Amino acid sequence: MLEFRKDIFADERDDHLQEIGQPTQRQDMLGHVTGTSRYYDDHRFANLLHLKVLRSPHAHARIRSIDDSAAARAPGVKRIIRAADVPVNLNTLLSLMQFGKDDEPSLASDVVRYKGEPILGIVATSERAALEAMALVRISYDPLPAVFDVEEALKPGAPSVNPAYPKNTFEYHGKYDHQKLRFGDVDAAFAQADIVLEDRYQMSPIEHAPTETNGSIAVPDTNGRIVVYTSTQALFFSLDTAAKINALPSNQLHFIGGTVGGGFGGKVDTMTEPLAILAARLTGAPVRYRLSRHEEMQFGSPRGAERIYIKDGIMRDGRIIARQVRAYFDSGAYTRLSSYAVIKCAGHIPGPYSIPNVYADVYCVYTNRTPATAMRGFGVTAIDFAIECQMDKDAVAIGMDPLEFRMLNAYRDGDMKAHRREAKNCALIECAQVAAEKAQWPLRDEFRRMSSRQGGGSARAGVTDRSRMPTPAAPPRVPASTAQRAAYERPMPAVSPAVTPPPAPPIPPQPSAPAGSSHGARRFSSVFGTRRR
Amino acid sequence: MKTPIQFRLNGEDVAAFVEGGANLLDTLREIVGDLTVKGGCWQGTCGTCTVIIDGVPRLSCITLAETCSGSSIETAAGLRRGSELHPLQIAFMERFAAQCGYCTPGMLMAAKALLDKNPNPTRQDVIEAISGNICRCTGYEPIINAVLDAARDHTRSRV
Amino acid sequence: MTITVKTFARMDDAANALMQEREARFMAGGTLLMRAVNEVDPSIRTIVRATDPNFRRIGLSSGRVELGAGVTMAAILAERELAYLHPAARAVGGPAVREAATVGGNLFAPSPYGDFATMLLALDATVTMAGGFGQRELPLEELLSRRERGALLVASIAFRRPAVDAIRFVKVTRVHPKGASVLSIAAQLPLSGGRVSHARIAYGAMAPSPVRAKAVERALEGRPLDATGIAPALAVAHEGTSPVDDPIASAWWRREILPVHLRRLLLGEYSARHS
Repeated sequence: MLEFRKDIFADERDDHLQEIGQPTQRQDMLGHVTGTSRYYDDHRFANLLHLKVLRSPHAHARIRSIDDSAAARAPGVKRIIRAADVPVNLNTLLSLMQFGKDDEPSLASDVVRYKGEPILGIVATSERAALEAMALVRISYDPLPAVFDVEEALKPGAPSVNPAYPKNTFEYHGKYDHQKLRFGDVDAAFAQADIVLEDRYQMSPIEHAPTETNGSIAVPDTNGRIVVYTSTQALFFSLDTAAKINALPSNQLHFIGGTVGGGFGGKVDTMTEPLAILAARLTGAPVRYRLSRHEEMQFGSPRGAERIYIKDGIMRDGRIIARQVRAYFDSGAYTRLSSYAVIKCAGHIPGPYSIPNVYADVYCVYTNRTPATAMRGFGVTAIDFAIECQMDKDAVAIGMDPLEFRMLNAYRDGDMKAHRREAKNCALIECAQVAAEKAQWPLRDEFRRMSSRQGGGSARAGVTDRSRMPTPAAPPRVPASTAQRAAYERPMPAVSPAVTPPPAPPIPPQPSAPAGSSHGARRFSSVFGTRRR
Repeated sequence: MKTPIQFRLNGEDVAAFVEGGANLLDTLREIVGDLTVKGGCWQGTCGTCTVIIDGVPRLSCITLAETCSGSSIETAAGLRRGSELHPLQIAFMERFAAQCGYCTPGMLMAAKALLDKNPNPTRQDVIEAISGNICRCTGYEPIINAVLDAARDHTRSRV
Repeated sequence: MTITVKTFARMDDAANALMQEREARFMAGGTLLMRAVNEVDPSIRTIVRATDPNFRRIGLSSGRVELGAGVTMAAILAERELAYLHPAARAVGGPAVREAATVGGNLFAPSPYGDFATMLLALDATVTMAGGFGQRELPLEELLSRRERGALLVASIAFRRPAVDAIRFVKVTRVHPKGASVLSIAAQLPLSGGRVSHARIAYGAMAPSPVRAKAVERALEGRPLDATGIAPALAVAHEGTSPVDDPIASAWWRREILPVHLRRLLLGEYSARHS
């Protein structure tokens, strides 16, 4: 049963909740229990053709030759799709937001970079005919040295995986090979610390394994457009990506998402639509491209593996005074969403704890593995796993209760975070208190009396070296009507992720603020760089 | 050279011509037109395609279609009587036993196969009955509770 | 290219077709074969089936059990006289798989599958082959050692009815109640005067096919089933095993945990259930 602790922070809320806390039925629940909810494959078309994709058996290899002549003549085959047939054969998902270089082909032409990478499409009257034809394709490969470990990939002389990023790391803003977080002086703090504890954390890639595999059906429409039924979670991403790859104006595509048979992030990569659309255009017929379960496991992107090193400096009284993190994302052979995941990870360090000295380097690394993607809080889940395991070890090391240890170090309102934002609306202490109560976990009185609203912003949580703090820009005009302080309205100093800030870019001419705009602050975004929101 | 087969589907007579080696799942979806049966793996490992054949649960994706000639097959399409939902369907709704809904038709048939043979199952019986059906969304507890609810309501309404 | 399905009323005719047709495979329950058909395995062009009533017959006489190769796991579970086989039968797949999966099919299921075959091996089962060479009976152990070779068709499996209390079985799996084996252990442990007499122990997923743990059997002879009594047997637990890495578990892990589970089984900590 759901219990609302409305006594906590009661003075901060207007608590007339109409929907929250009340059960409500899913709008598609009746469809689910009658089996009538429409997934992408619950549409039938006359003369439906089937697309199957031939995939690389090698993690890294040069394609020496492809002979698909026997396959093209095989019974039931309508069309072979080759790399040269793809109008725009290099793309990256976030190019739609101008983030990252186009690095991933829809069909590999000269080099394959992960086991399962698509090479050839075969469109036939049945899946069986397509698969039987596929067995007739002759491809010769020259295997190349491959790298599967994130730290090995960063060593000099490691095989170069992705030609867009030859040093095996994503490039932020055209020149930085990792994300940095700097706050205070960790070396000085480690020297002062009573205990220094360092450990390494490793996650495996995790496959979403939705019960419905990725797939789409592309159907030529009567007015020259293509209608696409798709399993995607990201309808607009998929439409725009498919339009780009097919060199079609986006208004030539009509995407219809149905219910998604389990996504969890594994259906955001636009895996099947571009080739299904191309196949439909080349044959003039409706084409279904459905991943088999084996393809979903091998080719469908996982949440990427991560390796995280954490070094903590702790005082015997329980304070963490330094945290140093080095983290590596295994992006696999191509970028997809890993560049963004790394930013989220960096944004999450050092966890919800007030630590005066923080130093983090986070890398997006390319290896010859299946490209990674989004999954359930990707970018954050792994670093949280590492941080919380480390917190337990820290507590054991100084002989302190692990819950009290967290409460002692938790952010309080007013603390300065490593990202140079003031902590607001903190609640970890109150959550811990309620959890302890429910679990009958004993807490000392001092901890039962703690509050997120007390003790923040003091020297306990302050920056030890104030000279390292950039001076804040002059605050912009804040509308007087704003009754409640909103974090997004505070002036943000121009913060650079690098130790030496880049030269300030010229401020673009300010357009007249649209009605209702609440600030004119200049923000720095790890994704977009310095520009106006 | 196709093989003719005839069977009863949710109480109605159905006939189809099937290719050699055709499985029942593809036959139901592509030829007969029953889209309530879903496919998850085509390997017999996920249970999504579960139907009832002659009173027992079966995986339609690994059932050779022509072995079903003369059989009585039940799918999710046959659960409701007109506008009246089956107690399992009502229970699944009330217990939030579905999120993405893809495993639901197979789950319902696995549960129905249980209740048709054992109207008063224990919790362990229910767990065993759905042990061949994978759900990636709910964590199974709402489904187990729904099946137990349906058993209670079913028993109560059988006067 | 299409697949041809050929159905025969007699097992022997089915066996002959299996040998004569190119790229023919016998379909019992289809739980493994149909997957290969769905995935367009090019080595399958003909599916051979049998509707022979003997294929699905359970024969129970006073001292002997005879199971047609087509007897399903569900049929075993429905037979009260075979209650000692129920833990092994229940270990195969979920309820829907058990309605199709057969005793004969399990003999040919590749590791880590084949938990029911492991049980039959511990029961000293013999198999009767169907086919043009007349009915041949051979020990199950011999069939398992050469099951990769040739078009073999098992007609039935037989074993002597065991002392029910002597049967133990454990399947170690990551997913409960259904999941492929990390390993399984089947045992027949008859006691004479409180000491083991003619034990039979078989392992599943510890070799390319189910194997007898003969060194363990010898080491148990004449010993009581207590901690001291079983110590020599545990010391030779690994003899004859050659586990492999697969997606379920690594060979190393299988070797590590085998003695743990064998010990628990021998001390009666599992009785008749899954781990």
